[in-house]
Amino acid sequence: MLHLYITDYFIWGLVLLVALYGVQVYRYAHWRQPWGRVFKRHTAAIAAVVLGMYALIGLSDSVHWSVENEQGQQSEALSLLDYAMTPMRTQVEKSYSAPFSIYGLSREMRIDEQGQTERALPRLDHAGSHLPTAQQRSQDIRRKTLVGLAMGAAIAFLSLSLLALLLARGCPVGTWRRLKAWLLQHTPARSAAVTYVLCLTILTTAYYLGQYYHVWGTDKVGYDVFYIAMKSVRTGLVIGTLTTVVMLPLALALGMMAGYFRGWVDDVVQYIYTTLNAIPGVLLIAAAVLMLNVYMHNHAESFQSLAARADWRLLFICLILGMTSWTSLCRLLRAETLKLRESDYVVAAKTFGVSTPMILFRHLMPNVMHIVLITVVIDFSGLVLAEAVLAYVEIGVDPTMHSWGNMINSARLELARDPIVWWSLTASLIAMFVLVLCANLFADAVRDAFDPRLKDEQGGQNTSGSESSPQSLEAQS
Amino acid sequence: MIEYILRRGLYALPILLGVNIITFLLFFSINSPDDMARIYLGDRHITQEQVESWKEQRGYNKPLFINFEAEGTETLTDTIFFNKSLSLFWFEFGQSESGRDIGADIQQRMWPSLAIALPTLILGLMVNITFALLMAFFRGRYVDYWGVILCVAIMSISSLFYIIGGQFLFGKMLSLVPISGYSPDGNSLKFLVLPVLIGVFSGIGAGSRWYRTIFLEEMGKEYVRTARSKGLSEARVLFKHVLRNGLIPILTGVVVVLPMLFMGSLLVESFFGIPGLGSYTIEAIQSQDFAIVRAMVFLGAVLYIIGLLLTDISYTLVDPRVRLN
Repeated sequence: MLHLYITDYFIWGLVLLVALYGVQVYRYAHWRQPWGRVFKRHTAAIAAVVLGMYALIGLSDSVHWSVENEQGQQSEALSLLDYAMTPMRTQVEKSYSAPFSIYGLSREMRIDEQGQTERALPRLDHAGSHLPTAQQRSQDIRRKTLVGLAMGAAIAFLSLSLLALLLARGCPVGTWRRLKAWLLQHTPARSAAVTYVLCLTILTTAYYLGQYYHVWGTDKVGYDVFYIAMKSVRTGLVIGTLTTVVMLPLALALGMMAGYFRGWVDDVVQYIYTTLNAIPGVLLIAAAVLMLNVYMHNHAESFQSLAARADWRLLFICLILGMTSWTSLCRLLRAETLKLRESDYVVAAKTFGVSTPMILFRHLMPNVMHIVLITVVIDFSGLVLAEAVLAYVEIGVDPTMHSWGNMINSARLELARDPIVWWSLTASLIAMFVLVLCANLFADAVRDAFDPRLKDEQGGQNTSGSESSPQSLEAQS
Repeated sequence: MIEYILRRGLYALPILLGVNIITFLLFFSINSPDDMARIYLGDRHITQEQVESWKEQRGYNKPLFINFEAEGTETLTDTIFFNKSLSLFWFEFGQSESGRDIGADIQQRMWPSLAIALPTLILGLMVNITFALLMAFFRGRYVDYWGVILCVAIMSISSLFYIIGGQFLFGKMLSLVPISGYSPDGNSLKFLVLPVLIGVFSGIGAGSRWYRTIFLEEMGKEYVRTARSKGLSEARVLFKHVLRNGLIPILTGVVVVLPMLFMGSLLVESFFGIPGLGSYTIEAIQSQDFAIVRAMVFLGAVLYIIGLLLTDISYTLVDPRVRLN
């Protein structure tokens, strides 16, 4: 039975919005053109593919359903990703184990065949349990890696060929020409295609090996780190996207109204955002989350399950983070509307007697949308990073929810152990770094392509004042 | 000038009042003091008497806005809003939930924060400007291209990584500096080196990229063309003309964060065990000390507004075309 969490609805709503926007972009040349400029950059093309991979993982983790067990009770809701990664999800060890290891990390007392006790590293319950002897491990890993690589490459090439076939509408010559262009000519398309093949190969190999080993080790309570890192993708994406999107209507409405009506409306809006801005972001979030803690502590019964409660908390944190970040967008929108309201087409619309809401909605909003787009894309990376900081301060997402911040937070003392436990920390940092790096590179391209101030300047430099804003929450801490 | 500052001070009042009311509503309307008492005392099976005594000790047992039982001005002053929220205006922070004097704590913990934040800021500025000038000098060439990508990469790494990695590498593996700690007297240098360096390094990405755009913007201006057409060398144009003019937006951008330096850095301080305001805030959040969080929110807002005021004043000092009005 389909069992969607509250953020799932928001995510699919967002997907719908993006799809609608995509249709719009496809239909109008003046939207297509800047996007064409974005994808002319190699870095942007590569980043887009990687971001797409993350999005796929996140989306597959956003379809939840629950199954009825024998007692007729609803089980915990599992997502598509959970089902796909069943072996990694269910093969839980007792405690730490290193990547690809088939032994635990700490010695245990055990009784050998002669009845004597000895201290030895225990064999793991699940990793490498198909091996008859421990000596065959490295050979088995090598063989399985090769199989995984081959499988991944095959899937990647097949899907690319299929795409080419579809685009060429079945014509073999066109298909061949497209494939050749994607793989041999030095174009952004080739960068994207190569990235796609690489990403898919790596993921497939890790997935295939993950059935037999813990590719990235296990954490303190024995969970597979690779699985947790994959589950954290959704949390990161939700924080990065929903935060700006949930506050968009407010920022748009207030910013445009302040710029258009001026006078006392402007004063009130300016007062609101100056006041909110004056509170240091982390502290406002801290205050709000502290109060949320108190509320949830005293109203525990109004949440169906722990997971549902964690999900509400995630949504609430998005709202609060949005509260601290919408002010800069509001200010930008206000300034732009102030400028646009004097432009000829708005004056013309006024003289034709177009009503004020219509002017705002039909004439001004489409012309400030590029600012919204740039802000959403730029803020994304800062928010993903902020999540980790918030988790450290213990005002982030629920501790039971998988997130990179929670991973780092619970792993930060592991480096002091002997032997060093580095995998949990590195897994979350690498997963986060790749996502944020790609988001930053993509955001740069989007900003350069959409910012009209840049068109008459040479060399793709930017003059955008919002440069310092995305990192602000991270920088403050 | 003085008149201007006074007027700006008066403008700040409604904003601070707004901050005050927002925090008050956050802390007292969503949850009643009873709820807070329960979560602070931690146990689900506490008696009502314990809750009442907790509230009385901390002065939460009064009405929120209007006290009908009191007489005269006390109807307004003998309330939670007046005692807990408005009193912040005259910097009377009151006591934390654990019974310590917040004002004294803040005064004491301000200085370690400053000892970290000020060197980080100054060193960071110098390093960032150097890198930005380097990239601007080689603009459009490989140094610039890879420099920008490197900046983006540095920006993309979580600051947690720099701290954890730095502590691990320099503190544990190489044993160059103590992993964490602080000593209030003169020989605190060895404790400060690593946090400052980490703070500088994690800021290089965003900082030098931003300054690079500022320099590039300056280089597109008329006076640079004039300087070049006079036959000045590119290096001379860059260091003599562009750097000086580029410093105006950079320094005015720095002024706004100056007061906030007192607040310290949350992560660095708490990882390195430095008893500053940043770690104070973190400890307060983690131990759910509502009074300290309220005080810090207000202090942060005050410092932010002072920063804005300083920025406006510094504009007139560096750029005579700007007049205060």
